Amino acid sequence: MTTTTLPPTEKTQPKSAPRGSISDRSRSERRLGWLLAGPAFFVMLAVTAYPILQAVYESLFSYRLTDPANRSFTGLSNYLVILTDPLWWQALGITLFITLVTVAVELVLGFGLAMVMAKALSSIRPVVRASILIPYAVITVVSALAWQFAFDINTGFVNSWFAWLPGIGTDTDWFGGTWTSLLVICLAEIWKTTPFISLLLLAGLAQVPEVLQEAAKVDGATWWQRLWRVTIPNMKAAIMVALLFRTLDAFRIFDTIFIMTAGANGTESVSFLAYRQTIARLEIGLGSAVSVLLFLCVVLIAVGFIKIFKVDLSQARGEG
Amino acid sequence: MTVSRNGKARSSGDAARRGRRRQLGGAAAAAVLASTLAACGGDAGAANALTWYINPDSGGQAEIAARCTEESGGAYTIEVAQLPREASQQREQLIRRLAANDASIDLMSLDPPFIPEFAEAGFLAPVPEDVAQRVTEDVVQSAVQGATWDGELVTVPFWANTQLLWYRESVAEEAGLDMSQPVTWDQIIEAAQQTDTLIGAQGIRAESLTVWLNALIESAGESIITENAEDPADIQFGLESDAAVRAAEVMRAVADSGVAGPAFSTENEDASATEFEGPDAGFMVNWPFVYGRALSAVEAGTLDASVPEDYGWAVYPQVDPDEPAAPPYGGINLGVGAFSAAPELAYQAAECIVSDENQAYYFTTNGNPASSIPVYDDPEVLEVFPMAPEIRESLEMAAPRPQTVYYNEVSAAIQRTYHPPGSVVPGETGPAAAALIEAVLAGEQLL
Repeated sequence: MTTTTLPPTEKTQPKSAPRGSISDRSRSERRLGWLLAGPAFFVMLAVTAYPILQAVYESLFSYRLTDPANRSFTGLSNYLVILTDPLWWQALGITLFITLVTVAVELVLGFGLAMVMAKALSSIRPVVRASILIPYAVITVVSALAWQFAFDINTGFVNSWFAWLPGIGTDTDWFGGTWTSLLVICLAEIWKTTPFISLLLLAGLAQVPEVLQEAAKVDGATWWQRLWRVTIPNMKAAIMVALLFRTLDAFRIFDTIFIMTAGANGTESVSFLAYRQTIARLEIGLGSAVSVLLFLCVVLIAVGFIKIFKVDLSQARGEG
Repeated sequence: MTVSRNGKARSSGDAARRGRRRQLGGAAAAAVLASTLAACGGDAGAANALTWYINPDSGGQAEIAARCTEESGGAYTIEVAQLPREASQQREQLIRRLAANDASIDLMSLDPPFIPEFAEAGFLAPVPEDVAQRVTEDVVQSAVQGATWDGELVTVPFWANTQLLWYRESVAEEAGLDMSQPVTWDQIIEAAQQTDTLIGAQGIRAESLTVWLNALIESAGESIITENAEDPADIQFGLESDAAVRAAEVMRAVADSGVAGPAFSTENEDASATEFEGPDAGFMVNWPFVYGRALSAVEAGTLDASVPEDYGWAVYPQVDPDEPAAPPYGGINLGVGAFSAAPELAYQAAECIVSDENQAYYFTTNGNPASSIPVYDDPEVLEVFPMAPEIRESLEMAAPRPQTVYYNEVSAAIQRTYHPPGSVVPGETGPAAAALIEAVLAGEQLL
């Protein structure tokens, strides 16, 4: 398949000062750099690096919050317990399933919404944008409760509205089975986070050079051809960044599951396991180990995206 | 940042402005810092100000706090702070605060199953002997038992809850069931099937499932934990006993009866109460709040007055005809925080809170039954709660949930294995639950 993109532009490499002799000017610039970035750097160390390192350290202990006297070093045994437990693999499977389904649907929907926002008449554009963004402004717990009430057998309206569909009746208990629960969980997630992905894609759409579109039009390309051969290839970077952010976000799903099923019917995600060990059971060691594994999964996803799909984060911000 | 955007040449005026801005920024930062530090310091109130962490209710505990504050004549003031709605989340919040030696927790409303964990961790201030004697006088046995750990009273019994068997009088009559005598689960199921009405029980994966299973096993003559031990490896479970098999049979029979309602595996106490207010209602096991709930609905105009008039109540159903039932026990006890600055004052306040007068007030206005026996003879209580004698009888028969430091693990493992109730296999689910609890306590499995 041939695609049309602009030739890659060479980035200008920063010119380094001649070695050995650092002029007064560059020394003071370096100091200014540290003064400007230093506070943020130390804040990041304090609020990000420190808790992560502490979690890694504590994951090596058998440590119950109510029984600090019996804290003992157990090496990697917490990790062994987790990785040999079918519950972990089940939770990982459910998390991956939710991630794949929601991100895939959101990408298609989000792209559609981005096109609508981009092409909407300029007079109604602000209204369209604002209304598309509303779900994203809703707190996740609130959105989860709203969706739960809608599907609940006692308070919900979904059963009576959609009773004409096969398989749905007034007695349908959505939260009584694994797949029906997952369906509602995914729907709530998609409703809430599609605006985020469409916003990122809108930025990408704006970057597609109009000249290429016009050239394709002159060549007689149909709308479909232009979409696949001009628009999408030119916004690949934005798509990848949107995918990366949403995947990382979706993988850490917690609130919706907590509200809707509280983990019943095998709907526990990896974050939920971490919550149950650390917060409910007060097993700081085991819970930290789950959190560290969750962190490693997230790192793996991020590195995978950047290495395999060659996502350049700076491009999406229009710096490329 | 105060970067000059238009690239105008810097003048001395600019520099002066920058200087002022820097000063302003510094002042703002100092102000933020000061207010943060002040917030951390907390405890700006007087030394005799007590904070009482309460579970959400219909405002009764706040009113009792105000009454006791006034009664004390300035000796102390009680302020209430509300905890989350779910009992498990109340525990999570309290225990994390106490693990950090939170001195702001003077009094707390505690769900009885969590009391051993709090006591064992040293989070409860010891109950003075004279107080212990006074607050256990004329108190129902199950409430005293729930307030005790390791042979010692560690909390003050406040109110005691129990589940009753609720039934529609018209349905029981139609089925020809004599409700003046104790009935069994099998009889109820048969009556509901015969009259095509619903049975309400809590099949959701939550604490209420443990409540139900515990009542069934206790009614069959066994306990979830048969022998307690300090070392979790030595704890003995009764989940493999014949009684546990009988309990599983009853649970399964209700789930498979076809009269448990369409959403039985997600049914909690509120859903049961809603169902019981509906047209297909027959029988239900639930806490006494359902009566007040129905009366309020009538008052609000959302329920016909004939519905609560049809409500009947009896002691919890039996598992086997020859053995009396062991109904669930619940309620709230008062704990005094181990890190409180004024534990003596807190115990003084606790004694005021649990006075017969306040318990009667709490019973009649909030529907939470008293733990004190004399309250049940109060004519006002009897007028508002005609089922008070049955509640008292049920409290005397009630069996608490397993008392263990590891209650959270035990309950969560039971919920995992016994949910959904329709998948319970008598003789298999019990041993599986025991094996899971043992593995979790030994640190060999996740939960």
